[in-house]
Amino acid sequence: MKVLGFLLQKEFRQIRRDTTILRIMFMLPIIQLVIFPLAIDFDVKSINISIVDQDHSTYSQKLISKIASSGYFKVVSAETSFKKSLTYIEKGQADLIMEIPAGFERNLVREGVQKIGISVDAINGTKAGIGGQYLNSIITDFNVNIDMNLRGAVAPEQSGAIDITYTNWFNPRAEYKYNVVPAILVLLLTMIGGFVTALNIVKEKEVGTIEQINVTPIKKWEFILGKLIPFWVIGMIVFTLGLTISWLVYGIVPRGSFLTLYSFAAVYLVALLGFGLLISTYSDNQVQAMFVAFFFIMIFILMSGFFTSTDGMPGWAKVISNMTPVAHFVKTDRMIILKGSGFNDVKMEFFYLVGFAAILNGWAIRNYKKTN
Amino acid sequence: MKKLSIFNSQLSTFIKKEFFHVFRDRRTLLIMFGLPVVQIILFGFALTNEVKNIEIIILDNAKDINSQQITNKIKTSSYFQVQASVLNFKDIEKTFKKGNIKCALIFPAHFGEDLLHIGKSQVQIITDGSDPNIAKTVVNYLTAIIMDYQQQIAPSPALSYRIIPETRMLYNEEGNGSLNFIPGVMALVLMIVCTTLTSVAVVKEKELGTMEVLLVSPFKPVFVLIAKAVPYLLLSMINVILILLLAVYLLDVQIQGSVFLLFFESILFIITCLSLGLMISNITNSQQTAMLLSMMGMMLPTLIFTGFLFPLENMPLPFQIISHIVPARWYFIIVKAVMLKGLGFQYVWKETLILTGMTLLLLGVALKNFKIRLQ
Repeated sequence: MKVLGFLLQKEFRQIRRDTTILRIMFMLPIIQLVIFPLAIDFDVKSINISIVDQDHSTYSQKLISKIASSGYFKVVSAETSFKKSLTYIEKGQADLIMEIPAGFERNLVREGVQKIGISVDAINGTKAGIGGQYLNSIITDFNVNIDMNLRGAVAPEQSGAIDITYTNWFNPRAEYKYNVVPAILVLLLTMIGGFVTALNIVKEKEVGTIEQINVTPIKKWEFILGKLIPFWVIGMIVFTLGLTISWLVYGIVPRGSFLTLYSFAAVYLVALLGFGLLISTYSDNQVQAMFVAFFFIMIFILMSGFFTSTDGMPGWAKVISNMTPVAHFVKTDRMIILKGSGFNDVKMEFFYLVGFAAILNGWAIRNYKKTN
Repeated sequence: MKKLSIFNSQLSTFIKKEFFHVFRDRRTLLIMFGLPVVQIILFGFALTNEVKNIEIIILDNAKDINSQQITNKIKTSSYFQVQASVLNFKDIEKTFKKGNIKCALIFPAHFGEDLLHIGKSQVQIITDGSDPNIAKTVVNYLTAIIMDYQQQIAPSPALSYRIIPETRMLYNEEGNGSLNFIPGVMALVLMIVCTTLTSVAVVKEKELGTMEVLLVSPFKPVFVLIAKAVPYLLLSMINVILILLLAVYLLDVQIQGSVFLLFFESILFIITCLSLGLMISNITNSQQTAMLLSMMGMMLPTLIFTGFLFPLENMPLPFQIISHIVPARWYFIIVKAVMLKGLGFQYVWKETLILTGMTLLLLGVALKNFKIRLQ
């Protein structure tokens, strides 16, 4: 135990000396927490529409002004042909085109039915889908109005009407920051645990100091613990810093208990540190360690439900997602902070994390032995 | 002329040496090719903004024909997975706190009766607002299903005048959800791999002290940089070819525009990243700093400001301005235009020019700093 104390002293001193890394570890959280929630907003607010009106009639004008005043759409251009309108889509300046054909009003009044063309830029699926839906509902609404105008009828009393009300629990105004901030707290621990530790042992290998440690009577577990504990402490400090910032800047206070939240963070960090150490033991040099860490962290970030939901993923991808500790902590972190889930609600996830921590660290220690 | 050829032969010897360096480290090489390939495949298949298989609980207080018909409609739609229903309202919150349930649909007692006798009834949707995207989609989907049912049981009096919208999906007839992600992942992967590898290459020589040797040799310092960059340029070009082959043959994304143009633009982007790497290596002194700068420093801006994950137009103005200096943003636009929309050079000349300008600027800064170190 005494040896471990000396090791820790040495590691802490080394970390303190390297001010660049230390600064990165503390600045990164702050920057991320301030930028991400401001930058991430999936809300489809203004959909750019280019209009081709070949009719120029009262009704086509009415429809256009109804769309323009709906609040969802911004009319970016009015063209005379589809071809000209298409250039706006090609340049990315418009999301959809609405084509009103010549004879629109005449056909509508005479035959009662008239088609109009809507073309959406479907590369960005979300915007296309939502834009199309909005436009459809505006047109449906417009249909009822023409009917009333032309037939002089009053809006018919609908029988069998189902009134739908909805509430968003845990985030009544459906603001994205509530979704993003807890995820970033996880991201912080992931980066410290994954990147920084991955580089750590490998650096000793590259510089050659690991040989010196290997010839001393230090036990393996002491060595590994000596590497783990300092970063664990830093990680917990950063986590606390993150929670403080989310409270000060965004007013987000965990609804669940701090004890539950911190238990999860503590175990998660051990798992991720083990992961970083594991990468370290497998790599020959820092470049390799960094790339492998990058590879996995990208997978963690993009596949664990940080930014895109895992619900839409194909089954095999969900399996991969579940095999990362990150997916479990992102999920539970959101649950504890936003929904106030208690330990009993999420205990299975806790055991998952404990499992990850045990496996990853055990593997790292085993693999470190080999290099000796 | 003769002098030039001496330099050229010197340069080619030097490039050869750098190639040996790169090829000797088999593992790094494997990583350089393995990572992009695996990531393109994973993300190409897995990332999507589509919302499917949403877990829903239905609290049916009415248990009549109407509520059951609606429940069946929801069960058969591919968007929802109906979970075992809870017994009363109080249990809903418990269920939400426990797991993955994204929404609850509540039928009041006498739902069908009211519908029949009063001609009016109501349902309540409760969503898990902690994911606003899903919450909104859920409300949209459920509303559509219920409205559809309403039409079925009580068709609204036919309108005599109707405008029928006919929607066409441009560029993406099948609604392939991953289409937007592929150019984004391409930009991200190339950016990180090219920048980091070059940034480390020069710094490593500094760290090991071999740089001094190079600088006292009768070899133009500019050539040191060129020689460092050339192997990575060639390897990255092979990477681009691999990625494009994967996109076409595995992910089923057809290249609509000119392959030649796409390749040319990719090379330009690679050179931009290499220049950025060279600049980073000139301003740093250790591998660790260089890597942290090029990886953490580039990863987040590329993720956020390229526009493939988060819509740029929703960001506050300062961020929108920042996004203009992120090279990946322009490459992303180019790839989308050429690969997915099939547009020609006349549509992307502006972005090409911007990337070229950035490259020249970065190279200029890199070279200038390099000279200062010589003196």
